[in-house]
Amino acid sequence: MSKTSNPPAIPIYGNPLPLEVEALYHCINGRNLIDGLNLKLETMGITVVMGSNGAGKSILLRLIHGLLQPTSGSIKWGGEMIGPAIRQSQSLVFQKPILLRRTVSQNLEFVLKLPQNQSKKRPNPNGEGLAMGDQLLKMVGLRSKSNQLARSLSGGEQQRLALARALATNPKVLLLDEATASLDPASISIIEGIVCKQKLLGVKVIIVTHDLAQAKRLADDVVFMSRGRILENTSAETFFSQPNTQVARDYLSGNLSFEETNAS
Amino acid sequence: MQDILQSLVLAVNLVFSGDSDLFEIIGLSLRVSFSAVVCSVVLGLPLGSLMAVGNFRGRQSLMIVLNSLMGLPPVVVGLVVYLFLSRSGPLGWMELLYTPTAMIIAQVVLITPIIAALSQEILSQLYEEYDEQFRSLNVPRWIAVRALLWDARFNLVTVSLAGFGRAVAEVGAVMIVGGNIDHLTRVMTTAIALETSKGNLALALALGLILITISLIVNASLFFVKIRSEQHARSQ
Repeated sequence: MSKTSNPPAIPIYGNPLPLEVEALYHCINGRNLIDGLNLKLETMGITVVMGSNGAGKSILLRLIHGLLQPTSGSIKWGGEMIGPAIRQSQSLVFQKPILLRRTVSQNLEFVLKLPQNQSKKRPNPNGEGLAMGDQLLKMVGLRSKSNQLARSLSGGEQQRLALARALATNPKVLLLDEATASLDPASISIIEGIVCKQKLLGVKVIIVTHDLAQAKRLADDVVFMSRGRILENTSAETFFSQPNTQVARDYLSGNLSFEETNAS
Repeated sequence: MQDILQSLVLAVNLVFSGDSDLFEIIGLSLRVSFSAVVCSVVLGLPLGSLMAVGNFRGRQSLMIVLNSLMGLPPVVVGLVVYLFLSRSGPLGWMELLYTPTAMIIAQVVLITPIIAALSQEILSQLYEEYDEQFRSLNVPRWIAVRALLWDARFNLVTVSLAGFGRAVAEVGAVMIVGGNIDHLTRVMTTAIALETSKGNLALALALGLILITISLIVNASLFFVKIRSEQHARSQ
């Protein structure tokens, strides 16, 4: 998957940025899993969040999506505090897809028929006059399996369905939490292709991944985390060529210390 | 052994003789128990759903109470319903005592906690699985409940069967509020109790075998309906 060109100047869904996170703490059982984190994202395109296991990447993603309540600190999207209204303009694809015990098309219909999504119009990139559900299934290559039970699909297919469902809400922000972990190369390629298209449509994409090659393929900018804090927030080019911190250098070279990995 | 064989022959003879009294008793048993299950499902599923997805004060206490009520002694339920429906009771004006309706009420009191508690257990597990996705998608609470009920429908049929099993086999409560009146409130279980007390053990056992057979047929039918529905869903 080749890296796409710059994001469009005027996002078609409206600009959800900046994302401003200030003095954010998330504490569980006396441990600060997010430890006074500050973050500001102002540019569209794809932001990749990286860091070792337990660095707090997935928790950060859930916090900025409003699925978790911070212990303290503030999260603002476009100047507004995170809440149901903001969450409605976002979609999160989980590492393990959570699918209803229904067919592929019924999983999509469930989201399309939600009251808040019925008024949303989705541009048809193929211009073939297909129903919205069919458009999305075609986009992720599952149209021929629309009547199959979702849980009988392969892991890659389930994740593609989860991505189609996420896109059914016409999100301004697409969040992916290690969505391609342990998938086959074909599925990864399809998902990355769709993510890049979303970027071109003006969707802000934030991806958590451990896959360095994927990060290099997709990232416009990188947020690097360790022990619940952000150590680097810079352009992808800078991060991969001249990381500022020793921890990031160790992470990129695969030499992250045992202590760092476990303590974070 | 001789008694059991004799009872088996008697049971077969009873069924094939077309004894109208027997079929009246069987019919009433099924009518009362099915009505009770339907009422309990109508009451128990919303209650189970509320406890599965609701986050209200007293939820834990309600769950403890419901779980405790699952083991309600039928005789006590019968007695309480009797007190409510007796002429001097608060619902005495309805004149329901010693009617099939009173028996249905007693069975509803007995099996609604079972259906509510078991459905709560099933729906809670499913909700735990769906919760994060539902919150991410901003799924309204009532749509979430509807989705849970639909996706758990096959398991909920099993819950209803458990309720039916309890209702159709129940004797204490229906004896007290129904009175075991011939041609009016006599059901299989009360007839068995009566025949046993009269010393007609073979007849009592024969009625018992018929009751077990009916219960098996109903459960097997619903089980096959469930299997067929699941197969249909998979083959779509």
